[in-house]
Amino acid sequence: MSSHESTYVPSHPVAKWIEDRLPVMGFAKSTLIDYPTPKNLNYWWTFGGILAFMLGVQIVTGIVLAMHYTPNAALAFDSVEAIKRDVNGGRLIQAVHSTGASMFFFAVYIHIFRGLYFGSYKAPREILWILGVIIYLLMMATAFMGYVLPWGQMSFWAAAVITNIFAAIPVIGDPILQLLRGGFAVDNPTLNRFFSLHYLLPFIIAAVVVLHIWALHVPGNNNPIGVEVKDKRDTVPFHPFYTMKDLFAIVVFCIPFAWFAFFAPDIFGHADNYIMANPLVTPPHIVPEWYFLPFYAILRAIDFNFIIDSKLLGVIFFGGSILILFFVPWLDTSKVRSGTFRPAFKWFYWLFVVNFLLLMWYGAQEPALQVIGPFTVADVSKLSVVYYFAYFIVILPLLGRFEKPRPLPNSISESVLSKPAPATT
Amino acid sequence: MINLKTIFAATVLGFGLAGAAIAQESAATEDDTITKQHWSFAGPFGTFDQNQLQRGFQVFKEVCSNCHSAHLLAFRNLAEPGGPSFSAAQVKALAASYEIEDPTADGGKRPGLASDNWPSPFATEQDARDANGGALPPDMSVLAKARSVEDKFPNWLFNYFTTYAEGGPDYIHALMNGYEDPAPADFQLPEGKHYNKYFPGHAIGMPPPLSDGQVQYVAGADGATVPLTVDQYSKDVGAFLMWMAEPHLDSNKAAGFRVLTFLILFAVLMWLVKQRLWRKVEH
Repeated sequence: MSSHESTYVPSHPVAKWIEDRLPVMGFAKSTLIDYPTPKNLNYWWTFGGILAFMLGVQIVTGIVLAMHYTPNAALAFDSVEAIKRDVNGGRLIQAVHSTGASMFFFAVYIHIFRGLYFGSYKAPREILWILGVIIYLLMMATAFMGYVLPWGQMSFWAAAVITNIFAAIPVIGDPILQLLRGGFAVDNPTLNRFFSLHYLLPFIIAAVVVLHIWALHVPGNNNPIGVEVKDKRDTVPFHPFYTMKDLFAIVVFCIPFAWFAFFAPDIFGHADNYIMANPLVTPPHIVPEWYFLPFYAILRAIDFNFIIDSKLLGVIFFGGSILILFFVPWLDTSKVRSGTFRPAFKWFYWLFVVNFLLLMWYGAQEPALQVIGPFTVADVSKLSVVYYFAYFIVILPLLGRFEKPRPLPNSISESVLSKPAPATT
Repeated sequence: MINLKTIFAATVLGFGLAGAAIAQESAATEDDTITKQHWSFAGPFGTFDQNQLQRGFQVFKEVCSNCHSAHLLAFRNLAEPGGPSFSAAQVKALAASYEIEDPTADGGKRPGLASDNWPSPFATEQDARDANGGALPPDMSVLAKARSVEDKFPNWLFNYFTTYAEGGPDYIHALMNGYEDPAPADFQLPEGKHYNKYFPGHAIGMPPPLSDGQVQYVAGADGATVPLTVDQYSKDVGAFLMWMAEPHLDSNKAAGFRVLTFLILFAVLMWLVKQRLWRKVEH
């Protein structure tokens, strides 16, 4: 997996016997302990470890929940309530799993935006980035299907609205829609297949995470100055330096996580999801979970026909807004990785972040809500959609040609030593 | 990386947006915004008031449960810690005073047991609608979490820090006090409906369920009494419904306090170890 030789020398004869046949200990030592890691990684880099932790939390709590959950349209809602009421520690396990989804997405957004700022997608890390986008897509599918399982009103109507998106695809749209729903409408077959897939996908995510880490270990970590590791002085062994730092970050991350899980387990959800699914009653506002809002806003912003029908056009923009991430390594033409040394990029980047948050807000509002003067959410969200795509298609390609980056340090060690000396403790 | 200038710019932008949103929303303010109540179970340190839950249960039993079901509530829950905490004998006697449909019993009915769930007032949804002018009284098991108060931007941002989760009881309290008879002159009230300024659409099927002095509370052991008013009844029943929807709230919050205390102390120790480890590395 890693590009460097193992230094593991088994001392015990049994360990040596095993190592000669399956060098798993040597492999673990070189990837988890010796792995040379740039010494200048900041706390934004700890979110990789936090995400691995969150995947573990979701899988463990999810397995326990599945022991008590009933995937049947008539029984699902009450079975989730039974978990909260009558299973030992059930309220907490369910709360950790549902708020855990939000924490997981919060961490993944930090991780993605960190990659976008520090140019972590640039050569030779394109495949590492692409695997990350695949994980993100799988996470979205998993979270969406998990949200359907409690079979509340929002679960049901989210399933109806999101599966319906596929119907806009010409020719194959309807067959896909029926395949997803297991029928002509969202019903028991939908719930059953979503439950099955919700249990399957996390393990596929885990597998892609292994590839993601493998692809990380070949070139090694990017770092805040974006200058490749030159020699041994630029790195520290992963253990104990980064195991310690990552574990510290995970514990800190657990503080808000526990805050929500114990004190406000429903704060990320919608009250309507405490009403059992009813195909005959449509909730007044159907809103997705917060982590889908920016993309939902993009979908809704396309409410006009342009050559093709608005419904299909919306779906193209919706899908394109995520798929475009696959091409970022080639859209960004700048030779400089880190945004720290790109004076113009910084402004566009932070505007992109604000724009993303704005889209998130738009996604939760009524399209007819007036934002500025006579302009409604439906109007101003179009501007945000334009900027979202322009950032990738226009700004990143052009910046590389016109921007004059600041001079780069020669090495990680040089940049570290040129910093003002920290107060010695 | 993130320099002060960008933080400043982002802050200015954020406040600008907030300002725009507030300006636009204050224009739409009506007098039907729901007043948030003080609830003993609010916030990280909140716990249910056992006396209030017992009073709320009395309102539920004598008034609400005539039309509303609560199929997830079991009689035994009423004796569990963190709830109204009636004695086991009280719950047993209470359950026995109800008849439970049981096809395996003689005559299809038997007296209730503590392990039984709360019997529904109507056999089917259609029966419930027929008895209530076509409107279906919603099940009350998790009703307090199925209702909420919409906070305007940026107020809802603070809810993540105050752990505001009492929108349901606030709404229920407001609804109980929101009836207006006669309805405003410009409002077309459908036949058989009642005007309530907090109900979405204002025309609610439920007639005003509470009136002053309707439920006779017994004085507490120390002789303490509470006013027999609609305001007091609706607070009590709001608290009771919240407990019914979230019966383990007290123990969860207590556990949360211990877990957070541990996590914060652990984080400090981890930080000290990490600092010590990295002290010799220029980074």
